[in-house]
Amino acid sequence: MRELSLNVMDIAQNSVRANASVIKIDVTEDTDKSTLEIKISDNGCGMSEEQVKSVIDPFFTTRTTRKVGLGIPLFKMAAEQTGGFLSIESQLGNGTVVTAKFISSHMDMTPLGDINSTISILIRCNPDTNIVFTHTVNEQSFTLDTNELKEVLGDVPLDTPEVMQWIDDYLKEQTEILYGGAL
Amino acid sequence: MKSLAELQAIRDKAKAQLNMRQDNPDAIRVLVGMATCGIAAGARPVLNAFTEEIAKRNLTNVTVTQTGCIGICQFEPVVEIEVPGEDKVTYVKMTPEKVAKVVNDHIVNKNVVTEYTIGANS
Ligand SMILES: Nc1ncnc2c1ncn2[C@@H]1O[C@H](COP(=O)(O)OP(=O)(O)OP(=O)(O)O)[C@@H](O)[C@H]1O
Ligand code: FES
Ligand SMILES: [Mg+2]
Repeated sequence: MRELSLNVMDIAQNSVRANASVIKIDVTEDTDKSTLEIKISDNGCGMSEEQVKSVIDPFFTTRTTRKVGLGIPLFKMAAEQTGGFLSIESQLGNGTVVTAKFISSHMDMTPLGDINSTISILIRCNPDTNIVFTHTVNEQSFTLDTNELKEVLGDVPLDTPEVMQWIDDYLKEQTEILYGGAL
Repeated sequence: MKSLAELQAIRDKAKAQLNMRQDNPDAIRVLVGMATCGIAAGARPVLNAFTEEIAKRNLTNVTVTQTGCIGICQFEPVVEIEVPGEDKVTYVKMTPEKVAKVVNDHIVNKNVVTEYTIGANS
């Protein structure tokens, strides 16, 4: 993938398919340490230990009945090629946490890219899912929680064009503040 | 600064028009394939182009959403358009540049853009 934000969209798709009602996305940047951590947590169907193993390393599995997924291996590769790692914590029936850590100063670092576009699409396409996005740069952070927006909106849907525009503007503005303070 | 008060104002305005949008059985659906291969091939800018074009033209009877694996990786980005009462049309190798024509010809004027469909590209 050209941008990590595209991997995030892809990994979040797994959470959607796992019937999660809550998807949390945490992007944490530390410019001093040159690290970037991306965490995608959901309360979906989860995976067994065996499943997690075969997903992380698709060639480890002896199972040949299903096509090998690409999403998680690609994300893992993007992390490992910077000297980082990817880990999955999952419990059947409880949910899944995918964490990827990147060394952003590494030559083979993939840029984060347009993470706000990923969040916006995720909200637009899954208006019934509670999406909680937190972006942290060093000490500063902001959170967008669609449940908080829904409380204000009542029965006006999130995917109303004016509402989506507000969300896009909000994300843009908050991100500018984050990076403005950091640089 | 974007505030929740502003969102409240948007809500109040939108409420008045709400009935028009809700559960519209004539709604046209635009489905963008968002499996790993679709995303890698550029599905995100295509989806964004559709939502922008539809907002620009103020088309209230169109929903844009994502779909999973359509099973034709080599043709990604793939977009399916469902107009009620008509056969589903599958557009392949979509780009943001092709979107305006699909919206204008197919969604607004109901003429399928044959040259972008899977039939013309396989
Ligand atoms: N959050 C999750 N909750 C439950 N199961 C998951 C989750 N993430 C991944 N899985 C399981 O791991 C499998 C592999 O995921 P991966 O994203 O690597 O490939 P895929 O989604 O099957 O296919 P694609 O290549 O389109 O992404 C999934 O099919 C699913 O069974
Ligand atoms: S994996 Fe490519 S279309 Fe499904
Ligand atoms: Mg996947």
